[in-house]
Amino acid sequence: MTRRTLLRASVAGGALLLLARALRAPVAAAASPEAGEPGLDSDARAVLAAVIPVVLEGALPTEPGAAQARDEALAGVARVIAGLPPSARRELDQLFALLAFAPTRAIVAGVWSPWPEASRESIAAFLICWRDSRFALLRSGYDALRQIILGAWYGNERAWTAIGYAGPPALSLE
Amino acid sequence: MMAALQRQPGQPNPFSDGSASGWRIIDASTLAEDMTLEADVVIVGTGAGGGTAAEILTQAGLTVAMIEEGALVTSTDFHMREADAYPQLYQESAARKSKDKAINILQGRCVGGSTTVNWTSSFRTPPATLEHWAREYGLTGFSATDLAPWFERMERRLSIAPWAVAPNENNAALSRGARALGISAATISRNVKSCWNLGYCGMGCPTNAKQSMLVTTIPAALARGATLVTRARAWQLEHSSGRIRSLVCVGLDSRGTDPTPRRIHVRAKTFIAAGGSIGTPALLLRSKLPDPHGVVGKRTFLHPTVLSGARMPERVDGFSGAPQSIYSDHFLDSVPFDGPIGYKLEAPPIHPVLSATTLPGFGQIHAAWMRELPYMQVVIALMRDGFHRSSPGGKVELRSDGTPVLDYPLNDYFWDGARRALATMAEIQFAAGARSVIPARPAATSYSSWREAREAISTLKLGPQTAVVVSAHVMGGCAIGPDPRRAAVDASGQYREMDNLYVFDGSVFPTSIGANPQLSVYAIVAKLATSLAQKLGRA
Repeated sequence: MTRRTLLRASVAGGALLLLARALRAPVAAAASPEAGEPGLDSDARAVLAAVIPVVLEGALPTEPGAAQARDEALAGVARVIAGLPPSARRELDQLFALLAFAPTRAIVAGVWSPWPEASRESIAAFLICWRDSRFALLRSGYDALRQIILGAWYGNERAWTAIGYAGPPALSLE
Repeated sequence: MMAALQRQPGQPNPFSDGSASGWRIIDASTLAEDMTLEADVVIVGTGAGGGTAAEILTQAGLTVAMIEEGALVTSTDFHMREADAYPQLYQESAARKSKDKAINILQGRCVGGSTTVNWTSSFRTPPATLEHWAREYGLTGFSATDLAPWFERMERRLSIAPWAVAPNENNAALSRGARALGISAATISRNVKSCWNLGYCGMGCPTNAKQSMLVTTIPAALARGATLVTRARAWQLEHSSGRIRSLVCVGLDSRGTDPTPRRIHVRAKTFIAAGGSIGTPALLLRSKLPDPHGVVGKRTFLHPTVLSGARMPERVDGFSGAPQSIYSDHFLDSVPFDGPIGYKLEAPPIHPVLSATTLPGFGQIHAAWMRELPYMQVVIALMRDGFHRSSPGGKVELRSDGTPVLDYPLNDYFWDGARRALATMAEIQFAAGARSVIPARPAATSYSSWREAREAISTLKLGPQTAVVVSAHVMGGCAIGPDPRRAAVDASGQYREMDNLYVFDGSVFPTSIGANPQLSVYAIVAKLATSLAQKLGRA
């Protein structure tokens, strides 16, 4: 891909993000703030609740405790996002707005059902499509989703037993 | 062995009783109203440059105010957990990215800056780099001979010595594989005192063994009456008639992410920018200082780094033990500056979060890789950028909210080096006994023999976000030198267009270093700050 097509693609992608944001904004603003994880609006929660089990498939514990682990993963992502600077949070807001808004969810992510009903396969296909996209913007969107979810989960000691990590050594400082 | 080590006493936490004894420390996130400070010298940043300068200038009897964007966090609060350490101690929660998001930049943001979280590797500036600066940039006074006393002084101050303990298996494998192939490898010097060999340097040293600025120069400056303001972002230098008049800082909230309405005004006779190669140019750009040749923030370097993972037959436990103790400069020493890019080989610590965000894929594939974590061995190749006309580095820009972002496009010159380095690392890892090797890419596959890996790597698709590229070293962006068209600061570190502004950090490097840069910053700043102290003392 030439620099020019790349540029065009990212301009187009940026425009789509802004469009989604603009169209979505009144809806998001109208939604009443929900109690729960700090820093996650309803867009982010909808997308993450669907994407987390796919990104962490094979890592999240199965029954018992599966639901609690998913909740912890979501709370972990909220903490990760809350620790980011405003510029990075704004970009994630735009990403979640793009993914939550039905028309762009379908066109840009290829996920045709609303997130709660989206199949595991369609979510995995969306992730792979973005990872292998020729558009840098989509590749970086994939990377961002992956990093906040994986980073949050593996920072949680609940994740450590499965990977043979005993955690930091206990110190008894004199 | 671990149990025996754990019975050693930790080094004292200088802040435990220091604050009680009257040290002046202000947490700007707690300010109820704006405040004004005055000092002879204000230093922006408390990392390798700012910390070193603070000690030297207070020793000279000057009153010093230190401004730090991050928080004061000390050994008592270092719990060796990535989930706490990254948001607390790193720029942008350890997820700082280049503008196109192709490079993840690890940079400290806390009292002590990157020295609080680095992996303690200490190298003198390679003589070849210093010769290049003299030859290409006309820089005088910075030869290996000129700097030798400054290296010695800082090595003594920070207990820098070759690591005398056996390397952990992650580093031993690098050494073993390299030697098997006739590639030279050597022991790294570290700035530690009674180190417990725990392996958690990147999360803040819990025993104060690491001789970072946090436990050395900054406490020394505070003990001599310096003032430290934390969670304060140096925002703008106000200037008139070729002099800086004051510094305006913006308070940050208790998480350190968002600005508060609080402003801290600092008046001083002399101003020192030591916010690192992204922060320092950003401050100068926000301040709209005259920059007639447009050099501020240009030629910023990263040692862009690629990684190779290996599945070893036995446990490696790369999260345990001194994170970096072995290196190889074979692929730096054997290539000329005007040829293809050279690279330094090292090993990184292998902790769950850093590994999880680096290992490929998601779902079952990723989970399977994570279960191999204890058997994982990793080598990294740090590209020596800035020495060739095809390696111009990056450019610091300001976002609409005034915060900086580094635009660092990765070009074919870099990717050629990345490809060669991925092959080198795979060959070394197989020679060290790897069962399989995986070059770090988002869509990576692994290879089970050197032959297979060599074949695949030669045609691997490499590009932004199709290969993992990281950096832990920010350098350049405000070069030192005699030529105003290329260097924003003169040989004394003074910003050319302002009589009383100095740049004392890694920003002054005309190129990258070609080695982990902390000791280069310490020595060069010690030299510059000592001259400044003499000058101010006479005035």
